[in-house]
Amino acid sequence: MSVNTQVSEDGRKLTISIKGRFDFAKHQEFRDSFGQINKQLNSVVVDLKEATYLDSSALGMLLLLRDHAGGDESDVRLVNSSSDVRKILAISNFDKLFDIS
Amino acid sequence: MSDLAPPFEPLTVLIAEDSAADRLLLSGIVRRQGHAVLLAANGAEALELYRQARPHLVLMDALMPVMDGFDAARQIKQLAGETLVPIIFLTSLSENEGLARCLEAGGDDFLAKPYDQVVLAAKIKAMDRLRRLQATVLEQRDQIVRHHRYLLNEQRVAKAVFDKVAHSGCLSAPNIRYRQSPYALFNGDLLLAAFTPAGDMHVLLGDFTGHGLPAAVGAMPLAEVFYGMTAKGFGLAQILREMNAKLKRILPVDMFCCATLLSLSFQRRSAEVWNGGMPDGYLHDIASGERRPLKSRHLPLGVLSAQAFDDRTEVFPMALGDRVLLLTDGVIDTCDSAEQLFGVERLLQVFADNLEPGQLFEEIEQALRDFGGQARDDVSMLEISLVEPAQLTPPALVYSDSGQSSPLDWSLSFEFRAESLKRFDPLPYLLQLLLEVHGLRAQSAALHSVLAELYSNALEHGVLGLDSRLKRDVRGFARYYQLRNARLEQLQEGYLRVHVQVAPQGTGGCLVIEVEDSGHGFDVQRVMDRPLDLGRLSGRGVSLIRQLSRNASWSDDGRRARVEFSWEAQA
Repeated sequence: MSVNTQVSEDGRKLTISIKGRFDFAKHQEFRDSFGQINKQLNSVVVDLKEATYLDSSALGMLLLLRDHAGGDESDVRLVNSSSDVRKILAISNFDKLFDIS
Repeated sequence: MSDLAPPFEPLTVLIAEDSAADRLLLSGIVRRQGHAVLLAANGAEALELYRQARPHLVLMDALMPVMDGFDAARQIKQLAGETLVPIIFLTSLSENEGLARCLEAGGDDFLAKPYDQVVLAAKIKAMDRLRRLQATVLEQRDQIVRHHRYLLNEQRVAKAVFDKVAHSGCLSAPNIRYRQSPYALFNGDLLLAAFTPAGDMHVLLGDFTGHGLPAAVGAMPLAEVFYGMTAKGFGLAQILREMNAKLKRILPVDMFCCATLLSLSFQRRSAEVWNGGMPDGYLHDIASGERRPLKSRHLPLGVLSAQAFDDRTEVFPMALGDRVLLLTDGVIDTCDSAEQLFGVERLLQVFADNLEPGQLFEEIEQALRDFGGQARDDVSMLEISLVEPAQLTPPALVYSDSGQSSPLDWSLSFEFRAESLKRFDPLPYLLQLLLEVHGLRAQSAALHSVLAELYSNALEHGVLGLDSRLKRDVRGFARYYQLRNARLEQLQEGYLRVHVQVAPQGTGGCLVIEVEDSGHGFDVQRVMDRPLDLGRLSGRGVSLIRQLSRNASWSDDGRRARVEFSWEAQA
């Protein structure tokens, strides 16, 4: 699996890890990964440690995740992004929507 | 339905065998399995029966009189074309060479004499499976071909419609060069350009998320807003807000449009830029050779709500001959075989190696080829240069009314206060009203320019108290527009009044525009004593007003500007 999910023990944090190219091919897997978001969850972490590349449909998927997690009220963090991935996020100014580290 | 255990369908099996006893034996076995049987005593008969009845499967004796099995097999295979008609050779041949001949003639399997009922049944079943598989593959292939043809045709029609919309603008103007892969639209790339009524040029290079038709769908409404509002004289901020709101409303959450919007003013010699999510554009200062990156400062269009959207633009001075280059990520994201990206560094190297600006596109394309990148269908590039206004011919505005209701004797006054000045641009509405006066239409470009200058002078130097001398050099220029945005954002009080008066005069008429502001005014005499010079970075506005209108004058210590436009009777 190139999209893995893990829910913290207290059930409040969902971590989604992406491996390889994050593009349209991962669409279904990624959507499935946050299908389990429920009211108990109060934060989502997308771990990009093993993501090599993001295309614009990946950015779209992140927006979808944010919307699903509550839009402006959501707490979605993108962590462990490589410098290439961070460049792509920077061009789109996604730091205005997500907490990126 | 499972392909492994299809429901039993009886086949028609052709048996070609010169021995009557064997024919009888075989047909018995085959019939008992539930299939229909056709019988031939030699190859020629078999071929004829095949022609007439098109059986599903053939049991063929190798050695027969008149025409042997090899010959018949070859001809049946030819008649069958792409359809698989399995031929099982019945043979007592045991030496390898004979068996090989059976396969060469198009046989699919053998059955050795004496015949074994179980083996024959199994072979017929296996061959039937193969036959069905081939039929399914062919059917699917034809379906794909059909769908592909439909798709291409739909794309062709959609592109033709879209080209009419997109190219209704001024992409063919002499100061614009662009390259776009033929079906870039279906990769979400969008390229638009149009003249404003004042003779400025608006350009949009956009890139929708995703591919194919979904990516192209958003292009129509975007183009509509772009052309509609540009033609009416709206500025970048208003156009951007409208585009963003429209896309936010109609696109699903995961779709958006990265875009750079550019307004090039040939009279003021400046470029106004908004970049949301596109790679850096470049403003090429020809004199110094420097290329200033036009960076993405915003989220793409269609992401933020109308309330959160940021329409702040940046303004840069330009000199004659300076160029702006915009490109989509198809250029820098081109991959080589090892999935390495072309990248910004390589692009900058192409810039550095470029000697003849006119060759830049070709050199970028050559560099992409040398890089070994797979040809992408979403490469769009646009270069626009700052030229003398006289070199451009904005299209004449088309009016549909007869002019019989042209209003000729009226006046009105507006007062815009702080909250309105922050967000609202009254000029398009004012100009629309003024152009109801037929006599003014021939001067509409000058009218747009002068009114825009009067308005921005009153707002920036008057209400906001900005000193135009800040704009003396390039850095000050940028600082000036930052200050303008900041002060406008914080504006609490102040006003800007516009008085318009139209009166008949002889056989024609006269328009008087007065613009008044709440600012501190300026030293009118000092500004009037300056030569009419457009070469400076600062003070171009006043020169422009004096050149384009009649009897321009300032009173009340510069707080009130007055200009006239007059016209003669229409032929």
